[in-house]
Amino acid sequence: MQELKTEPTPAEIRDQKPYEAWGLSQREYEYISQKLIGRLPNYTETGLFAVMWSEHCSYKDSKPILRKFWNDGSRVIQGPGEGAGVLDIGDDQAVVFKAESHNHPSFVEPFEGAATGVGGIIRDIFSMGAKPIASLDSLRFGELDKPKNRYLLTECVAGIAAYGNCIGIPTVGGEIGFDAVYDGNPLVNVMCVGLMDQADLKRGRATGTGNSIIYVGAKTGRDGIHGATFASNEFSDEKATDRSAVQVGDPFMEKLLTDACLEIIHDHSEILMGIQDMGAAGLVSSSAEMASKAKSGVTMNLDLVPQREPGMSAYEIMLSESQERMLLCVKKGEEQTVLDIFARYDLDAVVVGHVTADRQYRLYQHGKLVTDVPVTSLVDDVVEREQPKKKPARLENVQPAQTPVVQQPAETLKNLLAQPTIASKQAVFKQYDSQVQANTAVTPGSDAAVVRVRHTKKALAMTTDCNARYIYLDPYVGGQIAVSEAARNIVASGGIPIGITDCLNFGSPSDPESYWELDQSVQGIAQACERFDTPVISGNVSMYNETDGRSIYPTPMIGMVGLIEDVAQITTQSFKTAGEAVYLVGDTGNDFAGSELQKLRGQMTPIGQLNFNLDAEAANQRLVQQAIRQDLLQSAHDLSEGGLGVALAEALFEYQLGFTGQTELTNSQLFSETQSRFIVSVQPKDQTEFEALAGKQAVLLGRTTDQDAVQLVTADGQLTARSSELKATFGGALGCLMK
Amino acid sequence: MMKFAVVSFPGSNCDEDLYYAITDDLHEDATIVPHTATDLTEFDVILIPGGFSYGDYLRGGAIAKFAPVMSAVKAFAQAGKPVLGICNGFQILTEAGLLPGTLQHNRQMQFICEPEPLLVANNQTMFTAAFQDQQQITLPIAHGEGNYYCDAATLAKLRDRHQIAFTYQHNPNGSVSDIAGITNEAGNVLGMMPHPERAVEAIQGGTDGLLVFKSLLQAHLRTV
Amino acid sequence: MFLAQVHVTYKPSILDPQAVAIKNAMHRLDFDQVTAVRQGKYFEITVDAPTSDAAETQIEAICDQLLANPNMETYRYEVKELANQ
Repeated sequence: MQELKTEPTPAEIRDQKPYEAWGLSQREYEYISQKLIGRLPNYTETGLFAVMWSEHCSYKDSKPILRKFWNDGSRVIQGPGEGAGVLDIGDDQAVVFKAESHNHPSFVEPFEGAATGVGGIIRDIFSMGAKPIASLDSLRFGELDKPKNRYLLTECVAGIAAYGNCIGIPTVGGEIGFDAVYDGNPLVNVMCVGLMDQADLKRGRATGTGNSIIYVGAKTGRDGIHGATFASNEFSDEKATDRSAVQVGDPFMEKLLTDACLEIIHDHSEILMGIQDMGAAGLVSSSAEMASKAKSGVTMNLDLVPQREPGMSAYEIMLSESQERMLLCVKKGEEQTVLDIFARYDLDAVVVGHVTADRQYRLYQHGKLVTDVPVTSLVDDVVEREQPKKKPARLENVQPAQTPVVQQPAETLKNLLAQPTIASKQAVFKQYDSQVQANTAVTPGSDAAVVRVRHTKKALAMTTDCNARYIYLDPYVGGQIAVSEAARNIVASGGIPIGITDCLNFGSPSDPESYWELDQSVQGIAQACERFDTPVISGNVSMYNETDGRSIYPTPMIGMVGLIEDVAQITTQSFKTAGEAVYLVGDTGNDFAGSELQKLRGQMTPIGQLNFNLDAEAANQRLVQQAIRQDLLQSAHDLSEGGLGVALAEALFEYQLGFTGQTELTNSQLFSETQSRFIVSVQPKDQTEFEALAGKQAVLLGRTTDQDAVQLVTADGQLTARSSELKATFGGALGCLMK
Repeated sequence: MMKFAVVSFPGSNCDEDLYYAITDDLHEDATIVPHTATDLTEFDVILIPGGFSYGDYLRGGAIAKFAPVMSAVKAFAQAGKPVLGICNGFQILTEAGLLPGTLQHNRQMQFICEPEPLLVANNQTMFTAAFQDQQQITLPIAHGEGNYYCDAATLAKLRDRHQIAFTYQHNPNGSVSDIAGITNEAGNVLGMMPHPERAVEAIQGGTDGLLVFKSLLQAHLRTV
Repeated sequence: MFLAQVHVTYKPSILDPQAVAIKNAMHRLDFDQVTAVRQGKYFEITVDAPTSDAAETQIEAICDQLLANPNMETYRYEVKELANQ
């Protein structure tokens, strides 16, 4: 073992403990030295261990909890553990999807942080052999009265647009929420969905002794070094030096990389043994994981790695998180076929190493062996740490929330429609190319986006959801609600929910309350997933979402995909014509805990008890599914933030309709956020059949009209407003706040 | 069968959409042709698709105009055969000098993707003959640099020679004279920012775009 | 070896919305004395040419054909000789 003169010796590392600043604890360091490799690691090796043992790469803190997820089910072809999960959708086709967070980079440099977040998840999708067909973005920011939050929103959206639009994958949806807890810690979660023939399935494996390891894509630079550990540490406002951990994206390169890799997968599957994105912790994690999964070893010569800057050390080359790079394992003797294809796309591709049988991870630089450790020590032997958990004091003796008094429901409705979390997101969505690939059947803004599968009758519905105010009140029930609301969105669009991915955005795992919240949410999510037959097939954990010791609300974002068997069943949230009968599906109670009305009335931190019943949820979803199947519904819309009042208004806007009706609910209950509800509209000729099907699960509210008026008589008053005015409020609010 | 060439540059991303619009919906023949092709004489129409050729680095279309295939495109246009550039394709045609003017950043500096109401300003071209005169149609736009600019003299010429094919009804990007699409003087080269290939089936939200391709087909059938 | 420093800017008659946005931002930051902003692109191009004139000829052609769109942009450049290393 030889060291570069400028790097500390193994003994100096032992004495000076630089690894602690990289996130490796002394116990872990000693365990690695004594138990795993039987000597002191050198500088490069210490760096590799620090990054591979970070939570971001190893999930050492979250794994004991993530095991509680349910990831079974008849459609599952590939569950968690690969680039992305894969589900069978019939006709020998499969859908591939995953979500990933890019929170910390997006705070430091929002444009590039968000852009590279999009790029990273796309590589995970095509590395499985799938063509990326849609992406969705789930974003959270602090309130827009602060200029910094307006800046973060504007720049993140611009970054997503710049990358996503260029690469030719439609950005079809997502959601955006605002709350002061995200000040200084915005969330940028990107979900990408791909479509493939099952025969094209690839995995990230370095199999077959002697086979070649090929590096392709952008050159390696010093950008993003320790990005993975950066994501695994809390944020401090003062550390401007963190800036070096952000990479710059090149969507043009990514487009070429996608096209070239998919061409190799389609046309030369037999010589491509494995393929993986160089994501977090770049070259080291991709190569070590590929070897680990194949139970093999790898040897690489770092002098062969394309480099953007001179004089990079082994440590820098291995840990760089330069974007738009992939690692392939190709059958010995067939390398030229692959290299020729990349050359045609003007991409750098180089054989940098080969697969070995002895399960060692070896790196050479300048003719010297600079790393020689077991693959297992980098990947499989990471010691899990189940952290202590503690139920937060705020969750003891919780009382039901008070019912706010609503005297002027029209005013309340207008104020709610202007809340940035509720208001129309068109000012953002129209900056995304939502229609490239010409398959988008439902564009952003309805309950779920719908993308048809060309040359079949099928379509895929997709949505992202999480009401973190509920999670804060009750992580277990809130987790169930997040899954249920996503499923409601899918069902309302005409689909059957088939699976989920997630981004678990939480505070530090070393905070027992955060860790308890994570555990509870995961259990709630798991229970709802089993109920709806939606296995968790992929996901991502983002912890340390704290700035200066203050956590965000726990925000486990759920990304769900549904299958629509026949495009004729695609349903949207908008009432279509005057004269349709409008029904409310599901019972309404006084549910104001964590509601938007509660926040509007000045209760910024949510308070009160959540009510939720998974059986009622499932029953109401079944009813809407059945009614759509029988072709009885003109529209279906899930009730969420702002309750019935907001949902009813939203359903009127697209076709500029009015509404007149009557309800036994009170003024306040128009804005109650009782779960498990929909509003649906039915043509007069279908009312009898619908009512017979629905029984007591649905009540008639009234009818759509061609008047510019909304009139709803309640038990204790009346809501009267002009539809056009509501629409203007809803449509204009976010654009105004962003200026 | 009428033969359409869809020219694909590195970074083009609407090439497949155009291919499917021709094969699935117009039911004619289409071939995706690489940027390295040098002979396009076997085709009846050349389509230059949208996207971000060469990343749109420098300016939209500025690098694509030097691609090997562009000599063949120019020869094809000079022979009077139809060339249609959509979105980035329009930008490439102006950069290459096949159409006058240029496309700047949208007035509000943002990318805009939305269905856009248009007017067919001239239905006497080989690209628009299937429309009614002054017909109101809706086509999706999706661009960040679609703000058409030309000087006053050029604009006067465009008007005099009826080269303005499509105009916006609610100018979304600041284009001079609401211009959404223009032809060359000879009328065989059309550049347009809206995407007709994204409006060829009801499931996409409308079918007005199909009439652009049907117009080309009708013109072709008259010549054979 | 010669180094060309090339500036490409919009012609004065062309609306430059990005520059307008930047000017507005300056005003919001209370730099009230700012009256105009123009924005452009800057390139550094190293040319291995025998003489300064030969380098200039190449740079002129590059600007004309590639770096600037004569419909809306103008350019100017300076060419200087690089010291031998």
